Amino acid sequence: MNSNNIVLRVEDIHKSFGDKEVLRGISFDVVKGETKVFIGPSGTGKSTLLRCINQLTIPDRGRVWLDDEEITNSGTRINYFRQKIGMVFQNYYLFDHLTALKNVELALLKVRGMNKEEAREKALTELRQVGLEDWADHYPAELSGGQAQRVSIARALAMDPEVILFDEPTSALDPELTREVLEVMKRLAQQGMTMLVVTHEMGFACSVATEILFMENGVVAERGTPDLLTHDPQFTRMKNFIGQFNSYRGG
Amino acid sequence: MDQFTFIFDILLPALMQGLVITLQLIVCSAPFGLVLGIGVAAGRQYGGPILSRICKMFVLLIKGTPLLLLLFILYFGLPSIGITLTAFTAAVIGFILCNGAYNSEYIRGALLSIKDGQMIAAQALGMTRAQAIRNVILPQALRRAIPGLSNEFIYLIKYSSLAYMITVVELSGAGKNVATKYFIYTETFMVVGIVYLVLVTITTVAVSILEKHVSVPGTSRSTSAAQM
Repeated sequence: MNSNNIVLRVEDIHKSFGDKEVLRGISFDVVKGETKVFIGPSGTGKSTLLRCINQLTIPDRGRVWLDDEEITNSGTRINYFRQKIGMVFQNYYLFDHLTALKNVELALLKVRGMNKEEAREKALTELRQVGLEDWADHYPAELSGGQAQRVSIARALAMDPEVILFDEPTSALDPELTREVLEVMKRLAQQGMTMLVVTHEMGFACSVATEILFMENGVVAERGTPDLLTHDPQFTRMKNFIGQFNSYRGG
Repeated sequence: MDQFTFIFDILLPALMQGLVITLQLIVCSAPFGLVLGIGVAAGRQYGGPILSRICKMFVLLIKGTPLLLLLFILYFGLPSIGITLTAFTAAVIGFILCNGAYNSEYIRGALLSIKDGQMIAAQALGMTRAQAIRNVILPQALRRAIPGLSNEFIYLIKYSSLAYMITVVELSGAGKNVATKYFIYTETFMVVGIVYLVLVTITTVAVSILEKHVSVPGTSRSTSAAQM
């Protein structure tokens, strides 16, 4: 099954909240080093899908594998898989009582069992990676949104994940801060990090994605490379969706 | 005998002995009351249905009955089922239970105020729920619980006087003994009152120093503390 370097395999994920079917059968494979971008209207289950992958939300049906090992129904081993699947949230969710450095260090100390020097070294390296080593001793409340999001990316990177899930990482940021976060993400993609990104940033999607999946009503309605989706006339629904963005720009 | 002789030669030495007992009661009770409070709050908030119900019943039981009654049961009641406690031990156990139950409510309120995202982010990094609670949730919640917990600590200072009702001669009891022996009530109890006031004032100052010390830079709490 792993012949094509498949890191993550998602198969037929279903999830309902009460009467509402949020996910109605989602399947895809993620190849090492690729960036998959999920777009689509709000409420179509994109965030739920990401949470079903690392089991923060338990899917009703369907299976997920990381490197040929099944994540779904893995019991307490889920905590191992979650180390290997980084996650970045829309609202950063930094630990409010800890400095940027300690935010990155905490799981290294408690989950990976590193000693203090190792953890500190590693955390500083990751903060450097996102351009924030000078902010190591600042608390979340002292950081801009863009800085906080970059710290949260460093926190995910510190666990040496095989894939990182980005759940609308720039939706809470103004355009300037959005750009600094997207630049970090773009660099990660270029360095070969495997990423799943839920976003409304079409520019980022078109320039970085290896594949764009357009989700609507709990299913993947259209999918393809950025080139194909923007130029091939058969992808009408996504074009309409993107058109709504462009109409505000007067284009 | 003039008033000064009475206060300095008789009353204060007697009160000093009582004060030592009061301080011992507090020092033996407060840490365990805090630990119990944390345990009960966490059990209620994060425990399964059974544990959380047990914690809830415990809090209701303690809140719903007078502390004095609890002390009577511990000291006068338990010997009938073969458990004999010294008066001091009975008092300390009673205070721990009472202090813990009330503390748990302040801590639970603080736990409820921590946003879900903190737990989600911790779990997403591979922490177990217990690790997340210990390293992420509680350090934040306890900071927010400090004002409530300090209130409860101050209550403890004052309800420690109930120990006198089960024969522990603490501060109030020492005062009462002197007052009845010399028939000097007003001065005696005013001095006793002043000693409590001093204890509470010291506590209040210590808590505000503690609060400033553990405040997280950049938050509104630290800003308002800095303005004080």
